[in-house]
Amino acid sequence: MTNPLPNPIEAAARATPAPVARRLRGLSDRAIAWIFVAPTIFLLLAINIFPLIWTVRLSFTNFAANRPNREVEWVGLRNYERILTDEGTWANMQTTAHFLVWTIVLQVVIGFTLAWLINRKFKGNDLVTTLIVLPMMLSPAVVGNFWTFLYQPQIGLINYIVELVTGIPASSFSMLGPGGLAPWSIIIVDTWMWTPFVMLICLAGLRSIPDYIYEAAEVDRASKWRQFWTITVPMVLPFLMLAVLFRGIENFKMFDMVTLLTGGGPGNETLLTSIDLKREAFEKWRTGYSSAYAIILFVTVFGLASIYVKALNKVKER
Amino acid sequence: MSAYSVTEPSRASKWLAGILVVAYAFITLLPLVWIISTGFKSGPDSISYPPKVIFDPSLEGYVNLFTTRTRIAAEDFAALPPPETWYDEVVREDGMVIAGPSRFGERFLNSVIIGFGSTFLSIVLGTLAAYAFSRFKVPLKDDLLFFILSTRMMPPIAVAIPIYLMYRELGLSDTHLGMILLYTGVNISLAVWLLKGFIDEIPREYEEAALIDGYTRFQAFRKVVLPQAATGIASTAIFCLIFAWNEYAFAVLLTSGNAQTAPPFIPTIIGVGGQDWPAVAAGATLFLLPVMIFTILLRKHLLRGITFGAVRK
Repeated sequence: MTNPLPNPIEAAARATPAPVARRLRGLSDRAIAWIFVAPTIFLLLAINIFPLIWTVRLSFTNFAANRPNREVEWVGLRNYERILTDEGTWANMQTTAHFLVWTIVLQVVIGFTLAWLINRKFKGNDLVTTLIVLPMMLSPAVVGNFWTFLYQPQIGLINYIVELVTGIPASSFSMLGPGGLAPWSIIIVDTWMWTPFVMLICLAGLRSIPDYIYEAAEVDRASKWRQFWTITVPMVLPFLMLAVLFRGIENFKMFDMVTLLTGGGPGNETLLTSIDLKREAFEKWRTGYSSAYAIILFVTVFGLASIYVKALNKVKER
Repeated sequence: MSAYSVTEPSRASKWLAGILVVAYAFITLLPLVWIISTGFKSGPDSISYPPKVIFDPSLEGYVNLFTTRTRIAAEDFAALPPPETWYDEVVREDGMVIAGPSRFGERFLNSVIIGFGSTFLSIVLGTLAAYAFSRFKVPLKDDLLFFILSTRMMPPIAVAIPIYLMYRELGLSDTHLGMILLYTGVNISLAVWLLKGFIDEIPREYEEAALIDGYTRFQAFRKVVLPQAATGIASTAIFCLIFAWNEYAFAVLLTSGNAQTAPPFIPTIIGVGGQDWPAVAAGATLFLLPVMIFTILLRKHLLRGITFGAVRK
């Protein structure tokens, strides 16, 4: 951020008599910087940091928000101990991991392929790109709710299309009901919504590769296949990794779309940790316990993201 | 450029790529087309099997969305005066009468108030902070910027627990002001990061010239930087608005009767024996359409917005 040129304001200020200098400078830059930044920092402290500290405090108690008059006891690390030794928590973590891994794999494969195709620069590619990205900007709750209609057993559009394409009778399976399809149904909706996100970032990566690199490779008689693996993939990789970071964080926090689609069911088949957390906090009202749960989730996502960002920076440096 | 370029794809590969991408676009837009068309179906048409692609358009869904209706006894129904308005007529066809307006209008208005309120606040605070981060040596700048970003990593439910308690103490639960402040707190990180990127691109020389001409820092900011950053500010505002518009988790946990927005409301539209799908689809259409239009307007800055300014075209 250092400016290599001598600062003209400083020079002008020093050269002018005091009253003019005061008019010239007004408030000092330092004062302005603080006045400009302070409201934002204050708001973040009030809406993000203060609640976080409060959550940490609550996590060591047995507080229940629906019984504010009950005496609050300090329970030390007992909440943490109970969460980490609870088999249900680990099962939910696995459900979340399954959702996370498959959505990322599908979105990366489909998103990259689409970007690669769009980069052929066929006529009208801009228009199609704009249409493709629409789903990702829409309200996940409203869209998730509507997908329950598309997924309706027996009469839903999806069941109908499956019967039309594969011949499997529409009444023989239920996308959101028992039968093990529900975890895949939420993966399909998330992939439908967020593939364009990965696609857009990959497209930016592909467009950042200068033509002369391919021209040089062509002169060296490198095959198209070899060009793809030695030029295209490595140069898009930092972009792709960034897309994965965003999707990873977002899907770890996933709540709205899945809540409306399955609410965690059938049974606990799609009970992601965020939905479980909501049940503990706002249905069972175990505020202390769920605070500890929230802290564990936050530390997990923060830790994983930090490690990942380090890896990302290494790839970028290459 | 030479007439023949080795990097230019062949005609055949362009055609193939075009066909594949258009096919994908067709599949991916099908659910959206289905939402819009279901809004114009009658109740029986919406749940017929096989699904109806061609149907008699009906405004029943939209009428149901904005009204509550009751069924009255047959002799009373026969004694009614002829329907006064077209929407009375639509409801009478189902053997019912309009009992009053539904809460959809209110909820939609709440979405508008909270969306615009929080966007305005995010942009005002965000522009000031972004300018300071862009132009001045703020102590611990990188840490502060990272801190601002990291607030986005918290699961919304984790923040909702203490906010719920805090708002209960302060009397902010289920109020517009409470939701505006909350969404501003969430959006401010996006606003600061995006706007800093846009302001970084404005040459410093403009302001420095203004300063030498006798402007104060603040005047230079207002009269030189702000007009230059107008496009960036506008697109950042749209991103903030879309976030606040779409948000569900906080809305469903912290609002109920008074300040509830549309996303938690739409899924609760119930008809006879389950959800009234044409009405749900009509509500969804009205709610999603503005975002679709904004997305098309924003297409040039889309990438930047969704990656917090990390990727610029």
